[in-house]
Amino acid sequence: MAEVKKYEEPRIGVFVCHCGTNIAGSIDVKAVMEYARTLPNVAIADDYQYMCSTPGQNKIAEAINEQKLTGVVVAACSPRLHEPTFRNATKAGGLNPFRFEMANIREQNSWVHMHQPEEATAKAKDAVRIAVAKASLLEDLIPKSVPVEKAAMVVGGGVGGMQAALDLASAGIKTYLVEKTPSIGGRMSQLDKTFPTLDCSQCILTPKMVDVYRHEGIELLTYTEVEAVEGYIGNFDVTLRKKARGVITPAEAEARGIVGGGCTGCGDCATVCPVIKPNPFELGMAPRKAIYIYHPQVSPLIYTVDFDSCVKCGLCVEACDTKQAVDLEAKDEFMTVKVGTVILALGYDIFPIEKKFEWGYKNYDNVITSLEFERLICASGPTGGHLIRPSDGATPKKVAFVLCAGSRDNTGVGKPYCSRFCCMYSLKHAHQIIEKIPGVVPYIFYMDIRSFGKMYEEFYYRIQDEGAKFIRGRVANITQDPVTKNLHVNAEDTLLGRPIDMEVDMVVLAAAIEPTAETEKTRRLFGVSCSQDGWLLEAHPKLNPCGTTTAGVYLAGVCQGPKDIPDTVAQAEGAASAASIPIHRGEVELEPYFAVCMEDKCAGCGLCVNQCPYQALSLVEKEGRTVMQVTEAKCKGCGTCGGFCPGGAIWMQHFATPQIIAQIDAFLLGGEQ
Amino acid sequence: MADENWKPKIIAIICNWCSYAGADLAGGARIQYPPDIRAVRVMCTGRIDPLFILKAFQDGADGVLVSGCHFGDCHYLEGNFKAAKRMFLLKSVLKNIGLDDKRLRMTFVSASEGAKWGSVMTDVVKTINELGPSPLKEFAR
Repeated sequence: MAEVKKYEEPRIGVFVCHCGTNIAGSIDVKAVMEYARTLPNVAIADDYQYMCSTPGQNKIAEAINEQKLTGVVVAACSPRLHEPTFRNATKAGGLNPFRFEMANIREQNSWVHMHQPEEATAKAKDAVRIAVAKASLLEDLIPKSVPVEKAAMVVGGGVGGMQAALDLASAGIKTYLVEKTPSIGGRMSQLDKTFPTLDCSQCILTPKMVDVYRHEGIELLTYTEVEAVEGYIGNFDVTLRKKARGVITPAEAEARGIVGGGCTGCGDCATVCPVIKPNPFELGMAPRKAIYIYHPQVSPLIYTVDFDSCVKCGLCVEACDTKQAVDLEAKDEFMTVKVGTVILALGYDIFPIEKKFEWGYKNYDNVITSLEFERLICASGPTGGHLIRPSDGATPKKVAFVLCAGSRDNTGVGKPYCSRFCCMYSLKHAHQIIEKIPGVVPYIFYMDIRSFGKMYEEFYYRIQDEGAKFIRGRVANITQDPVTKNLHVNAEDTLLGRPIDMEVDMVVLAAAIEPTAETEKTRRLFGVSCSQDGWLLEAHPKLNPCGTTTAGVYLAGVCQGPKDIPDTVAQAEGAASAASIPIHRGEVELEPYFAVCMEDKCAGCGLCVNQCPYQALSLVEKEGRTVMQVTEAKCKGCGTCGGFCPGGAIWMQHFATPQIIAQIDAFLLGGEQ
Repeated sequence: MADENWKPKIIAIICNWCSYAGADLAGGARIQYPPDIRAVRVMCTGRIDPLFILKAFQDGADGVLVSGCHFGDCHYLEGNFKAAKRMFLLKSVLKNIGLDDKRLRMTFVSASEGAKWGSVMTDVVKTINELGPSPLKEFAR
């Protein structure tokens, strides 16, 4: 702080933006500008239609030169939007960019007081006065550059995470792909066909899985979870928990000195395993042994021991014989990796649709979810691709599809949002049963058919032509015939305006989706916000849909909000591009909002040391007395120490106590009393 | 004291990551609320020295709002916890000096809660209007 250049007399330039009519529609911009001219320290005040335009920015640079300004205030939109723009304009005029202060008179004024022009104008004057007070006390600050680790991490190995990892690794960046289940592939590996092209899901997914597995730039960490995160953009230290798998790979076997050992995926162990459990990949509709592979096309092809159900009989160890791949004494292992940037591709879970008890899921045998339908219609599924009624194994002839099951639901039980892909996969389901079961009739109960994507509407027409029946109405309830186990679907046909009681053989609920159970924990580890519905919050919904408010952390796929496979892959490629930029640049600038100890005031009490969440503060001996010292690389600039220091000895750069007090005084004492 | 033309002077000190972003979102959504509050932005509510708030009351503020992230959502891990503890203590100080502690309020508004920001604004203004001008006003300056 000692070397900071202090100007004797502040000379501030104030620029008020009209933003077309966004601001000028409810605020008298000219009056605000005229008012600014009367304020102390203001050397020049001007207004312009669009301050963010090139002529607007030029005004700032010119004024800095002509008026020898020491600070710049722009009254316009939110600093969260245009602070970087105007800092650059300030820099272009030859002034340190941190001598710029913004008055938010749009998002927090003109837009929220649209019908109170007088009050809005008075508030804008106050905002300018407050900003001028701060700008008068701003100082030159130099951003700190830190090197970026040339490695990235992708959390989540679904189609989005895989695409992001492939892109990063193909761009020459060492990439850790972390997946919680024993195999990559994600939800897409559970699907049979994909709309609207009817590609076989596995057929287009497995080549990508193989690419990921074989890519020399990708370190694949399956059955692994994020345990702890430290650091910041460029230098994240991520601690991973490698869950005890109980089976070693050939590479691990070699490391242990077992020649020709390790799991080859032969399956001899599973053949002899006596424990039988429901298979979660098949949603409990098929059995699984305690030593298992997640599904037939897993990558990597390594068996996994489910230690929750394993009885440790040792039969698998015997069966594995000389390969010695099974290790029933395995324990969780921890590893810490250093990465520059992180992509979260956490995916989604199915909303527990039994909460909507009126549809009888889990009470009535023949009410299933769409994901269960996918497994039943899939050739590699538990029934070999034959759709059957769970109650009696018969082939259904009348199938009702209930759309918006838990989506677009404002009752408080379901989800208020549209899950976005249910319409399309339900159309696909209708097509699939028409194709496979002669004489079957699908009845689709819908609120609106949302077929918004490329070739989606055309697919909708095709399914209509194929004979699917569409009934516009939300299903009120479903009852079961206790003898036949047939279902009565009760709804209102809102196009005909009459109630319907339709007897069907089977009901498929297009259940809503929700963030995965781990999303909340993971997002908190990385310091990422979420929206009210739990999906992760992007930095800007339109202009930065892959970024988050935590620098260096990016989002891909459904964890940011419901989206289908094409959108997920597109966002993953966007996130990979964004995540590679800091790595390729090699260094990032951190905002210089560091804490600085004013040693002449510091009493060395050390109370601040425990306040710091990042252990950035410590006590040191200097010139015979104890003072606090800040480790700048660890300080993130929150100011928690500065808010606590009883001696006022901590200078928070850009948010220093005199600057904030000046703002408070300017508002309360500076205006018309 | 009961001046017909009295309008409350309320200052809001809010964190950059959650409440300031939530206030911006309220703007984007054109959620209308009373125009009596002026905001000062800090990076984290943890930055807020209780002296800032005492200074505001000394300057004649009728109310002070501190707003940050929800617990567990703090961009800096735990700044909002520390702020909440400080505000809790500060409220008892305010009571001791004879100021109604309802004049100081701490809320938690996330970056996605634009509508909540609007209702917080409306509610704070309503509370301060009911309390009337700060008794410290005449000593201000």
